[in-house]
Amino acid sequence: MNNLDPRPGVIDRRLDAVERLVAVSGGKGGIGKSVVSAGLALVLARQGLRVGLLDLDLTGPCGHLILGIDTSFPEESFGLIPPLAHGIRFMSISCFTGAEAAPLRGADVSNAIIELLTIVQWGRLDYLIIDMPPGLGDALLDAVRLLRRSEFLIVSTASRVVVQTVQRTLRLLDMVQVPVAGIVENMQRDGYAADPDIRALARDRGLPFWGSLPFDACLEPAVGDPEALACTAFAQALGKMVRSHLLAARD
Amino acid sequence: MHEFALAEGVAVTAVQAARKEGLQRITRLTVGIGELQQIERELFTGALREVMPAIHPQLAGVELELIVRPARLRCRACGQPFDLQAGNSELTEDQAEAIHFVPELAHTYLRCPACGSPDFEVMEGRGVWLEEIEGA
Repeated sequence: MNNLDPRPGVIDRRLDAVERLVAVSGGKGGIGKSVVSAGLALVLARQGLRVGLLDLDLTGPCGHLILGIDTSFPEESFGLIPPLAHGIRFMSISCFTGAEAAPLRGADVSNAIIELLTIVQWGRLDYLIIDMPPGLGDALLDAVRLLRRSEFLIVSTASRVVVQTVQRTLRLLDMVQVPVAGIVENMQRDGYAADPDIRALARDRGLPFWGSLPFDACLEPAVGDPEALACTAFAQALGKMVRSHLLAARD
Repeated sequence: MHEFALAEGVAVTAVQAARKEGLQRITRLTVGIGELQQIERELFTGALREVMPAIHPQLAGVELELIVRPARLRCRACGQPFDLQAGNSELTEDQAEAIHFVPELAHTYLRCPACGSPDFEVMEGRGVWLEEIEGA
């Protein structure tokens, strides 16, 4: 017998009591996946739902910065208990590294993700939001392989450069038969209609277009302050989308 | 103790592997513990003893052998092979604890003793694995 990795066998058990897993992706960096992930978690938590946020960006984690969460070692109890902050159970590599760099190659990224999924005890959650790193590499493939009940929320911006990467992401998800909950346009500029290319992407694939989130100058000053974040036009628009597309189905 | 989570993995995987190999009962498990993760053998044995019967009655009373395998590292930048002692001389308690939770964080806190690079390969002795199952 070859050496067997004991970790993948328990990942499903860790997520048994999680109702929905929503992975926020889009392929490109800098399109606002992390702020959409954090915003989603915040909006859902403020609706009184049990929410977790897993930051899978191991080399550039920032969920803790956006939500103003102190990073410290999680409590140990038959695994690691994600700390509860602002009503959100939160886990990130930054809980172990703080602001230090984690220079990881592909296989290391994969191993670290498997380790986290093995040892983190999420408990009962209505939603686990997973902030995916950029790219179609190890993290995305591991999320697809190991988080078998996950659905993806795809973030795009009105840039041809981004849209083509989003298109590739959608092709991959289609290939591996992972459901897509919807597509959202981020950083929509004042006075512009929803980007026709993004709408077309959704329409051609029969996917729900959640709508457009504004480029909001108030967002950066609100980073680290969940109360201020929740009052931004960005969070208000995201809240509407969540009520129409996630919670409506739930009700 | 987060070791319970890993022990549960060993138990679940042993049952799955036994089923696959057509074993009706398991008599002995050999578990490898990589030095890098710094899991104490006695503590992990206790965790396995507690977790295994809860996963499957078949695992109660199974003979356990836990073998600690040394960590062997090799620098990708300069090719220098090194061991954990050479790479971690200045680790703080928190840094060692971080590697204990997620061994890949060795790349954050350890350095090649020859050139100082964090870009090294863990050739052997990373985490926990199931080496052998015996049964009938």
